[in-house]
Amino acid sequence: MDIRAIREQFPILDQEVNGFPLVYLDSAATSQKPLPVIEALSNYYRENNSNVHRGVHTLGTRATDQYEGARDKVKHFINASSTEEVIFTRGTTTAINTVAYGYARHFLKEGDEIVLTEMEHHSNIIPWQQAAKHTGATLKYIPMEEDGTFSLDSVRSAITNKTKIVAMTHVSNVLGTINPIKEVASIVHENGAILVVDGAQAIPHMKVDVQELDCDFYAFSGHKMCGPTGIGVLYGKKHLLEKTEPVEFGGEMIDFVGLYESTWKELPWKFEGGTPIIAGAIGLGAAIDFLEEVGMDQIEAHEKEVVQYAQSKLQELEGLTIYGPEQRSGLVTFNIEGVHPHDTATVLDAEGIAVRAGHHCAQPLMKWLNVTATARASFYLYNSKSDVDRLVEGIERAKGYFGDVF
Amino acid sequence: MSFNNLDTLYRQVIMDHYKNPRNRGTLDNDSVTIDMNNPTCGDRIELHLQIEDGIVNDAKFEGEGCSISMSSASMMTQAIKGKKLEDALKMSAIFSNMMLGEDVEEVDFDLGDIEALQGVSKFPARIKCATLAWKAMEKAVAADEKE
Repeated sequence: MDIRAIREQFPILDQEVNGFPLVYLDSAATSQKPLPVIEALSNYYRENNSNVHRGVHTLGTRATDQYEGARDKVKHFINASSTEEVIFTRGTTTAINTVAYGYARHFLKEGDEIVLTEMEHHSNIIPWQQAAKHTGATLKYIPMEEDGTFSLDSVRSAITNKTKIVAMTHVSNVLGTINPIKEVASIVHENGAILVVDGAQAIPHMKVDVQELDCDFYAFSGHKMCGPTGIGVLYGKKHLLEKTEPVEFGGEMIDFVGLYESTWKELPWKFEGGTPIIAGAIGLGAAIDFLEEVGMDQIEAHEKEVVQYAQSKLQELEGLTIYGPEQRSGLVTFNIEGVHPHDTATVLDAEGIAVRAGHHCAQPLMKWLNVTATARASFYLYNSKSDVDRLVEGIERAKGYFGDVF
Repeated sequence: MSFNNLDTLYRQVIMDHYKNPRNRGTLDNDSVTIDMNNPTCGDRIELHLQIEDGIVNDAKFEGEGCSISMSSASMMTQAIKGKKLEDALKMSAIFSNMMLGEDVEEVDFDLGDIEALQGVSKFPARIKCATLAWKAMEKAVAADEKE
C-alpha cells in the first residue's frame, strides 16, 4: 500500500497544528475524508441536487439514481442479499434504536431476556435498557475475561431459551477486541434468538460479509469509514425487517394515506420517513468506492502492521498501562501513570498529535477496567509507523513534563 | 503553541493544588451536598458546603478528574471559605469571565491562587474542566437558598 499516495487523497492531513505536522490518531471517533468523497458531495450539490423518488424532472431522476446507486454499493460492500435489506439511517445509533423501537418493543414480553456484553458503547446499551423497561424484559451481560475478550462458553451459559435478542459490538471502540460474530450467531440461533451487531468500529477496517456472519441486524456509520457525518446503515434480514415497524412516520415512507389510517411503502423505504439523507448516502457510496479501490484486505493488513508496531513500542514505555487483548483492531487505549488522560491529550495536542481522552461512551467498561477515563490512539489507512513514533515521543514528553512539574 | 504555552496552562501553583489538594474530603455537618459531573469526559465532583447565616463556613470536595478540574476545585473551596454567599457567587462570575479570556483587574477580593488558572482560557477544550467546581458551588448555593 502506497501510504504517500493515500495521504495525498486526504487534504486535511497536510497541515500544521500548534506548529507541528498534524498526526491524526482519532479515526475511531471519526475518520478523515478523501477527495473523492468531498468531490462527490460538492458535485451533487453543484449539479444534481433535487429531492428523490418524486420529481418527474431530470434532476430528480439523477438524484434518485445516485441515492439508490449508493444503496446498491452498500449492498455489494457488505454482501447483503438485496437492496431491500439496506436501510439508510443517521448513523449507528439511529440504526440500533430502529431495531430496539421497531422490533424489540413489539416482540419482547415480560420474562424475555436481552443479552449484551460488558464492552458495549452506550449506543448499544441504552436502547436495550429502554426496551427492557418498556416491555418488562430483563438485561443480562456476557462476562469478560481479564484481557477484554469473552469465551464462547460464557456466551453459551448467558444465553437461555428466554433470550430473544443478543446485541454486541463487532469490534470494541476501547479495547479493540474483535468479537467472533459468526460463532456467536450460531449459538444465538440455536436458542431461537436474534443477533444485533454494532459494526461501527469494524466495517471501516475489515471486510464484512453479513451473510457469512449470519447476523440478523448489522448497524454502522458512514463517517468512521471515510464517508460524511449524518449517514449510516441498518442492515437486516428481509423477513425481520418486514416484521419491524417503522419508527418515523411522515412523507416518503407511505403507500396510501387516509384521514384515519395509512399504509407503508415496501422495504427499504418504509424506514426512511421524510426527505432522506441524499448527499450523505451519495458521499457514503463514494467512500465505499474509495475503500474498495484501495482494498479492504490491504487496509486491514496495513492497520495490523501499524497497531502491532504501536503495541510493541508502547509496551516498552515505563509507567504505561495498555488496555485490551494482544490481538486487536487498529487502536491502542492506554493511561500514563500519574497523568490524567485529559492532560495527556492536551500535551500531545501541543505537539500536533490528536488522540481521544475520556470514557469513550463506554462508562460500564471504564468501571470494569477500574478507571474513570483513558487515552486512545486509533489508526486508519492513512496512518504510518512514523505517526506511532511521534506518539511515542509525545508520550515521553508528557511523562517528562508532568514528572518535572510534580 | 509550544511547550511554553503549555506552561501557561500547567503552572506550578496548579500542579501544587493537584498534587496537594486543599479541602479534600467530606463534612459531617454539611448543610448542602452537590454531585456534579462532566458527562463528556467523566470528571466528577462531590461538593460539601456548610452554610450558616449566608456565610460559607466550610467547604470540602471529593472527586476524580484531570489536573485542571481537581486543582480548580481545590482553589475554589479555598477561595469561598468564610465568604458571604453573594461574594462567592460574584467570584464565580469573575471566574467565568476569566475563562472567556477577559482581564481580571479591579475586583474587591483577593483572588489568590485562582488567577493561576487564567491560562486555561487559551485552551477551549479545557475550560469545562476548570468551571466544573464553580458550577457545583453555584448549584449548591441555589439548593441552600431553596431550603
